[in-house]
This record gives sequence, structure tokens and C-alpha cells, in this order.
Amino acid sequence: MEQTRFQVGQRVRVKNLYPPGHIRTCPYVRGKTGVVSRYFGRYKNPELLAYGKDGLPARELYWVEFSVNDLWDHKPGKPQDKLRIEIYEHWLEPA
Amino acid sequence: MSDSHDHHHDHGNGHDHPHGHGHDDTHILRRKEDVGYLHDTVGRTEHEMDYFQIRVVALLNVLREKGLVTTDEMRRAIEDIEAQTPAIGAKVVARAWADPEFKKRLLMDAKEACAELGIDTSAVNHLVALENTGQVHYMVTCTLCSCYPRVLLGQPPTWYKSFPYRSKSVVDPRGALRDLGYEAPEGIELITVDSNADCRYLIIPRRPKGTEGWSEERLAMLVTRDSMIGVGDALTPQEFEARPIPV
Repeated sequence: MEQTRFQVGQRVRVKNLYPPGHIRTCPYVRGKTGVVSRYFGRYKNPELLAYGKDGLPARELYWVEFSVNDLWDHKPGKPQDKLRIEIYEHWLEPA
Repeated sequence: MSDSHDHHHDHGNGHDHPHGHGHDDTHILRRKEDVGYLHDTVGRTEHEMDYFQIRVVALLNVLREKGLVTTDEMRRAIEDIEAQTPAIGAKVVARAWADPEFKKRLLMDAKEACAELGIDTSAVNHLVALENTGQVHYMVTCTLCSCYPRVLLGQPPTWYKSFPYRSKSVVDPRGALRDLGYEAPEGIELITVDSNADCRYLIIPRRPKGTEGWSEERLAMLVTRDSMIGVGDALTPQEFEARPIPV
């Protein structure tokens, strides 16, 4: 098995950073805590590809699951409702 | 494109109008073929176009004048795009309904499974199939732009690209579904999937009751585009029979 930085089932927090440039980490999940639900593999970094660079080093891409009600103060979902989104490793830290 | 050649003397070089430019951007569309291109693609005359449409045509003109792209290549590219339709995805779903082993492989590795059916998914980095059941309902959105499994579903519908859907699908997922006419069952686990990076998602809707023993071709007719985005269910045989036939 490939060694990855995070494991399925692990609780992770999305870094609450706002750097300029082309970023795929949606603002509404920054600073939020979720659970790794799948590992997708390594992909070239779109934050670099967007500027004509080679996108290397490739970054691990994870599917992170959040409770919908953890994302918004107005708690729009049923308790069981979830949101899943793709997050690159350098945006995640253990929670 | 043969009819354009005899008009080149009075179009496109920009030198026959040395003054009077700069106030009316619509003069960017100078040639007969531009108007034809517009009618084919956006169906509007130059006076009905907005800023970005005019900009696209202006850019296309520059690329053509530099010999980097021809009108014929543009037409072929549009034809290739339009050849991708939800019928491709419906075929995959119908196979998954009819063949449980195929469904397992589809859920495990959607690109491999599509290759079995001769579907080329090389344009997509990673393809994920998700199964809607009585317990879990997936719906797909792209809050950043319009990421969509085009190789299986063609071009996304306008509402999928609209700001209201893109925001409400994550801020109030059940409300977004309701806006589209779908009431998610109270007790179901609704999972919104935001397609924001390298993966594209195909939803396998629930197989409608009363379809036991149906052929894949017949099953595929029940698989709607929206059911593969997860904002609706597949048609029941009764709904299929009762649907209005578009003329």
C-alpha cells in the first residue's frame, strides 16, 4: 500500500488560509473539521498548473466529508446530511 | 467555407475603414462567416450579443487571421462537444442495473468499467460512480465553476452552472433539490458532492420498480440526465409512458 499523509477515517481540519491566486479549496470549508472518506491518488497541483507551471510536486488528493450542519451557522441540514469535497494534502492538518 | 473566399476583398483586413472605429464594438463582427458562426452556436445576431460573446468572436477572428484555427476546425470541435449526450451515461447506468457484477466494477473503478463499454474517459483524471439507495442520496454540484462528467453526460444544463444552484446546493442542499422539484425523503442521508478538483461523479439512480427483466436498451430510456446528477430519480415505467413527447 502507498504511504499517504492521512488515512481514511481520520479527522482533519482544512487550513484557514486565504492566499492569493488560483485555489481549489472552497472558502466555505476553510477552518472546518471533517473526516477523510477516500484517497484519490496524487495529482499535479492546480494552484501551479493555473500559471503555466509543471504542477510538481504532485499532491495527495483526499475526499473529505463534513456534516452539513458543521459548515453553516444556520444549520440547514438534517443531522445525517453530509458534504464531500476534494482537498489536496497541503490544505489539511490533523484535527 | 467556399462561399467566404469571394468576399475577402471587402472584409476582415481592417484597412478599408481607417476612421470611425472605436465606438461600436459590434463592428468586430465584420464577415459573413462570423454571423453564420453565431447563428450556429448562440443563435443571436451581433446586436443581441453581450460583451463576452462579442469577445469570444473577436478572439476567434484573431486566431483565424493568424492561421491558428479554421472555421471548419471550430465547427468540428462543436460537433464533437455536441456528440456527448446523457445517453452515454444512461447506457452505463442501465448496464449497472442489469448486471450486478458490472455495478461492482463501476463502483470500484468507473473509468475501467466505462472502458468495458467502449466509452473513452481519457479526458477525465478520476471518475467516481456513486449509488443512490433507499438510505443514501448523492447530489453533485460544482461551487467553483461547472465541473461535470461531460464524457458521460454532455454539457451541463444552465441551472447547474447558475449561481443560485451552485450556492444553494451547499448552503441549503434540501432546499436546492426542492427548487428543482425533488423532495428528498426526510430520513435519507443526503450527501452533497462538491466537484472542485480532479474527480468527476456519475450518480447511479435507484432502479425503478416494475422493470424486472427489462433489456438494457429499455432500461436506459428511464435514466434521465438529472437522475445522474442526483437531483431527481429515474423515471418509473408509468412516468415514461405518460411523458409529453417533444416535437
